[in-house]
Amino acid sequence: MSGEDKNLHSMSESDSEQEDVGKEGIEWIMNLPDVPMKLPPHVELQRTRVECKADAPIHTDTIQYSGAYASLGIDNSLRLDSFRKNFKIEVIDLKEDDMEFDMIGIDPSLANAFRRILIAEVPTMAIEKVLVANNTSIVQDEVLAHRLGLIPIRVDPRLFEYSDKDTPNEKNTIVFRLHVRCERGKPRLTATSEALTWLPNGSEFPLVSDKSVSNSKPKTYTSFSCSQDTLPEFANNPIGPKDGDIILARLSSGQEIELEAHAVKGMGKTHAKWSPVATAWYRMLPEVVLLEEIEDELAEELKNKCPVNVFDIEDIANGKKRATVARPRACTLCRECIRGEAWEKRVSLRRVKDHFIFKIESTGALPPEVLFTEAVKILEDKCERLIAELS
Amino acid sequence: MEHGSFTDESKSTFSMADEDHTLANSIRYTLNQDPRVTFCGYSIPHPSDNRVNIRVQTTGDPAREVLKDACQNLMAVCQHVRNTLDKAVLDHKLTKPVGDINIK
Repeated sequence: MSGEDKNLHSMSESDSEQEDVGKEGIEWIMNLPDVPMKLPPHVELQRTRVECKADAPIHTDTIQYSGAYASLGIDNSLRLDSFRKNFKIEVIDLKEDDMEFDMIGIDPSLANAFRRILIAEVPTMAIEKVLVANNTSIVQDEVLAHRLGLIPIRVDPRLFEYSDKDTPNEKNTIVFRLHVRCERGKPRLTATSEALTWLPNGSEFPLVSDKSVSNSKPKTYTSFSCSQDTLPEFANNPIGPKDGDIILARLSSGQEIELEAHAVKGMGKTHAKWSPVATAWYRMLPEVVLLEEIEDELAEELKNKCPVNVFDIEDIANGKKRATVARPRACTLCRECIRGEAWEKRVSLRRVKDHFIFKIESTGALPPEVLFTEAVKILEDKCERLIAELS
Repeated sequence: MEHGSFTDESKSTFSMADEDHTLANSIRYTLNQDPRVTFCGYSIPHPSDNRVNIRVQTTGDPAREVLKDACQNLMAVCQHVRNTLDKAVLDHKLTKPVGDINIK
C-alpha cells in the first residue's frame, strides 16, 4: 500500500508544488475567523441534494464551476487532498458475478464515465466467426451464428490481443467446435452451450483453397504456433462457455449441426456481445426527511401510503405513536407519500448528489470488482493518450 | 488537434478523434474545477463522427497546459478510486468470508 501511496504523490506533483508555495498563505487565510468556510445551509442543501417535489425534482444540476460561489467568498474548486479525504467506497454485496457498492464523494460525470466504460469499452472475448460445415436443423445458419456470438466465454480477455487481418493465431483467437446430431428414430435433442468443445490447437477445417502438397500438414483456418493448453494460463483452467445450459438449437430426428466457432477480442461499442456486463448502473442514495413530528393516525396513514415500507412506527410516551424513517435506501421516490399539499409540508424526499449506489452484473468473463478496476484504468489510458497528443 | 490562435494561447478548441461523452464530460468536469478556467464546454459536432471538440478559455495560462493539468488531475483521481476500491473489496472479503464460500 505504501508504495502505491508514494505513486499517488508523485502523480500529483504539480498540485503539491502549488500547495507548497501557497501553503502558509492558504492555511493562514483559511484559519482567519471571518473567512466563510461553509455555504449557508439552504444553499448547501441545493448543492448537495436533489429535492423531489410532487410535480418534479428541483436542484438537479451539479455545481461544477470552481467560481460558482465566488460572491460568497467560497472556493468551489476541486482539491485533490480534499477529494482523497472525502472519497469513500463501501462494498455492500459481492458475489461471483454481482457486486453492489456505495461510491461516495464523486461527481456524476466520473461515475457515469465508469458506467459507460464498463458497458462499452471493457473488452471481452466473444464468438465472431462461425464456419458451418453442416446444419440441417431448422435454425438458420445466421441465426445460429448470432446465438453463438452471445454466449459468454469464461476466459480472461487480458491474455489475448485484438485480431488483425492476417491469419488468426493462438494469441488472438479461441476456436470451439460444435458437433451434435440427433440419430434417426430418437426423440428431440436439445443442443446446449455445453456441447461447445475448445480446440486448443486451433481450427481443424482445412482451407478450401489450399493447394499445397498432400504429404505436409493441411493448412487450416487458423495458424497456431503452439497449443493453447500448453500455455501456463490455460493449462489448469480450460476455456469454455461460462454457462453450460444455454440452449442453442433443438434437433429432431436425423438433424445435425457441425461447425467451428472462432472467438476474438472486442468491445461492447462494436457489438453488445462483447460487453462484459449484463448491466452496470447506479442510483443516487435516497434520503427521506420528516419535516415535522408525525404522530398517531397520521403516522399510521404515512406507513400505509408507502409501497416499499420505508416508514416504521415507534411508541413514545403516553401511548402515543410516532413515524420514523427506517429504510430510506428502499425508497423508489414514487412520491406517493408526498401526494396532497399537506403531506408535501411534512415529508421531504431527496437524493444525495454525490452518493452513488453502483451495481455491476458481470457476464462471467471477469469478476465484477476486476471489471470496475479495468474500467477506471481505461479512463486513465484515455487521459494518458490525450496528454501524449498535447505534448 | 488544437485550433487556437498564435497570438493568444489562452483560448483554444481541442478536437479529439475516437472519443465521446465518456472522456469529454469527465475532462469538462475537471477543467471546470480548475480556478484558472473561465469557460469550458464540449460538443460532438456530428453524431456519426467519433469526434469531440473541447473548448477551453483561461484567465491567461496557455489552454493546452491547463488541459494537460486537468488530465493529470483526472488520472490522480482515477488512481485514488482504484486504490480505494481495492481496499474496500479486500476489507469486505476479510469481514464477510462466509458469503464467499456460499457462492459455490
